[in-house]
Amino acid sequence: MMDEGTELSLTIAQIVQRLKGTNLHSQIERQAKECLHRPEIKLESLKDDVRHFLKASGWEKKLQNAVYRELHVQPPPCHPATPPEHTKEPLAYMRKAQASWEKRILKSLNSMCTELGVPLARKRPAIEQKELTNKWNEMGTDEPDLSRFRPVYAPKDFLEVLISLRNPNHDSSEEASSKSYWGLVQVPLQVRDIPQMREAYSELCLTSGQLGIDDLTHVPPDLFESEHIRIGKKVLSEQDSAAAQQYSRQGCPTGLRADLWSLILNSTNSPEDVLHYNQLKAGVIHHDLLVDKLIYKDVKLTASNDDYYFVFEDYLYQVLLCFSRDTAVLDHFSYNSATPPKSYIQGRVGEEEFAVVYPPNGVIPFHGFSMYVAPLCFLYNEPSKLYAVFREMYVRYFFRLHSISSSASGIVSLCLQFERLLQTHLPQLFYHLREIGAQPLRVAFKWMVRAFSGYLSTDQLLLLWDRVLGYDSLEIVAVLAAAVFAFRAENLMEVTSLASAEAVLADLSTLKVMPLIQIFLFATVI
Amino acid sequence: MLPRNMAKNKTSVGYKGPYGYQKRRDGEGRSCVRYKCGLTNTIQDVLRQRPGWIEVKETFELPSEYHLFVEEFKRSPGSTWIMKPVARSQGKGIFLFRKLKDITDWKKDGSRSEEQRDETQVESYVAQRYIENPYLISGRKFDLRVYVLVTSYIPLRTWLYRDGFARFSSTRFSLNSIDDHYVHLTNVAVQKTAPDYDPEKGCKWQMQQLRRYLTARHGTKTVEALFKDIDNIFVRSLQSVQKVIINDKHCFELYGYDILLDQDLKPWLIEVNASPSLTASSQEDYEMKCHLLEDTLHIVDMEGRLIGKEKRVGGYDLMWNDGPVYRDVDLETLGSSCLSANTHLGCVNDRKKQLCQLLKPIPGQKRI
Repeated sequence: MMDEGTELSLTIAQIVQRLKGTNLHSQIERQAKECLHRPEIKLESLKDDVRHFLKASGWEKKLQNAVYRELHVQPPPCHPATPPEHTKEPLAYMRKAQASWEKRILKSLNSMCTELGVPLARKRPAIEQKELTNKWNEMGTDEPDLSRFRPVYAPKDFLEVLISLRNPNHDSSEEASSKSYWGLVQVPLQVRDIPQMREAYSELCLTSGQLGIDDLTHVPPDLFESEHIRIGKKVLSEQDSAAAQQYSRQGCPTGLRADLWSLILNSTNSPEDVLHYNQLKAGVIHHDLLVDKLIYKDVKLTASNDDYYFVFEDYLYQVLLCFSRDTAVLDHFSYNSATPPKSYIQGRVGEEEFAVVYPPNGVIPFHGFSMYVAPLCFLYNEPSKLYAVFREMYVRYFFRLHSISSSASGIVSLCLQFERLLQTHLPQLFYHLREIGAQPLRVAFKWMVRAFSGYLSTDQLLLLWDRVLGYDSLEIVAVLAAAVFAFRAENLMEVTSLASAEAVLADLSTLKVMPLIQIFLFATVI
Repeated sequence: MLPRNMAKNKTSVGYKGPYGYQKRRDGEGRSCVRYKCGLTNTIQDVLRQRPGWIEVKETFELPSEYHLFVEEFKRSPGSTWIMKPVARSQGKGIFLFRKLKDITDWKKDGSRSEEQRDETQVESYVAQRYIENPYLISGRKFDLRVYVLVTSYIPLRTWLYRDGFARFSSTRFSLNSIDDHYVHLTNVAVQKTAPDYDPEKGCKWQMQQLRRYLTARHGTKTVEALFKDIDNIFVRSLQSVQKVIINDKHCFELYGYDILLDQDLKPWLIEVNASPSLTASSQEDYEMKCHLLEDTLHIVDMEGRLIGKEKRVGGYDLMWNDGPVYRDVDLETLGSSCLSANTHLGCVNDRKKQLCQLLKPIPGQKRI
């Protein structure tokens, strides 16, 4: 094990390495050079004066934000001799399960490709390119025939894989007892219980103000809301990522949320971000990918049919088609247990020099994928900005919801935590549902995979995602899932089948998330 | 003796609902607001005296005001105009035009003989300048439907309902094809016939959703200013017809206002419907309209349960009571000069709770 000092210097070295050569680096260098002309910079105290200037002009803050961002996406510190795949996922059985799942998905994609006779990628003829350029802002009006295409997989297929996960070192042959777990997920991962979460989520406690609770009509704004908004404006003017993240734990005011989130994610929408987006757009115009059809189908099936998100259909194409082609996303595979699927140039199967990552960003979309983007359309309407924010949210959080890993924010942990919370605090309900063949996870899984997008009303969803960003963890999603069951427990006790349980939990659009979470975490009798 | 006339009116029957209420068909004063031309004339008269007082685009009745229209038309060549039949609804018969030759049928020509005029009687239409830079959400145009209840014209007493909706056109906005009705007309009735219309989907947003979206995009201050401008449209349009309408304190009118926002977030009055459609396009819509009708009847107050000093009844807020109505202020803010209007369009509508509190009988109080 490394000692703390070594760990820290290693981390610093890694961050410096990553920031070297970025635009921020060159900008700061340029600023430092230009400031030499200024009268207050003296030769005797050059270093200090330049540092002071950079601080006063806000460049130090920008650097701080960039470092803060890197800390979020760094793989966890480990021994220098660790092979990279262990960094991605330390547990061997998880790695194996993820690898075989990936094989399955790729096989499914390839067979669809052969069956339909559609190439994985092809260059568009000039006329088609021109047409697409003209139609870029209204791709939703296109009605291609997608009936032959099916989504590569749906959340319930993924659930079956998670249910079959077993740790080979764990002896699960003991008799079923009160100590055994009643849920579907049978892996021994460490998940937090309510007392631990009360400490971790202290800002959500009953005595502390929250948006989503203390901004409701009957509460006078002077009690919490006005002050919170004032602080929010101050955080924005200071342009401090870490402060914004802390602030977001108590919710972001509607008028400030867009700016706060982009500050937390350090999504600046600089000219080079816009340039990068336009390059991706050009990529979409030049080449047609098979995954494009999958994206089209997904948007048409999910977001376009939603009462509120249907308006944003065009934006969804503009973001997701570009996302598929963004090789910068490949960086996140250093800490994602998944590995990008490889495809081979025709006729060269197995030859590594002819392997390409497919799709270019390494992420094969599944049924419901577009719902990760849809809520963001409420906040950002400039495509390049929307894209930048989505990509950052994906590489920090969303990827964990559909890859098999032991991470605390990973879907496996979330499922396990959901089931454990239910079994500990609502044992009667859990037992009843289990007996009638309505395992709770079968209903809650689809909510968690999408981080509740499309199930909650938009304003409530955004309040939930405020906390995901604020606590840098998806754990709160599992807590909400359990809280929903607790809320509808009375009705659920009366159901006699999985179908009727689904019916009771079909409509979550009237739920208020913060009271549910707060009551579950802080008012449950332990 | 019933203090109100109640009779079933087919055009106002709600979706599955038993409600019906009569807008007095007799009385020219009423039709002054209902038929598009009536309000137009009155508003245009007022605007000539006080330009810019109400945000509404130049409107003319054809064929009677044909020459005035041509004058205005020639002043802005290349602009687009929309023609709407006066007595029809739900988007029927509406079209856009840019050239005078498209509307020669409505040309008022003194040279035509008496017989000719009788034979080829054209339907009365209203021509209005088309708003070419509407506010778009994701490339789509939308307009707002807002419900305003008037219980008395002199003195003017009017209520604004908190709920309403934004109706989206199902295709992307572009001025290239003005023949494509589906792009430009946002009436749900027209959208229903569009080829990609999915009846399960609907193309409406609740007013709350729209307000939240605009707040997220433009900030609270801008949006509050916008809604204040919208309030002005309601009040001023009603004030302009005050003197013309036959006032009967035993009658009430529920209007459906159509408002369009332009790119600068300025609201424009498109038209006022005296018989707003009460059929529902979805479960959510049905509930909203039921609540609207319930609250309308609460205000009409046939059982005499209200005192008459209420500023809010269910989802309705008292907007104008022979003068502006302000929100209740508590003593601490009494010193501040910033009084805000009592309207809450697009805000939270906790009407059930409010009605429970309001209609709770106070022991010992005598009711007529």
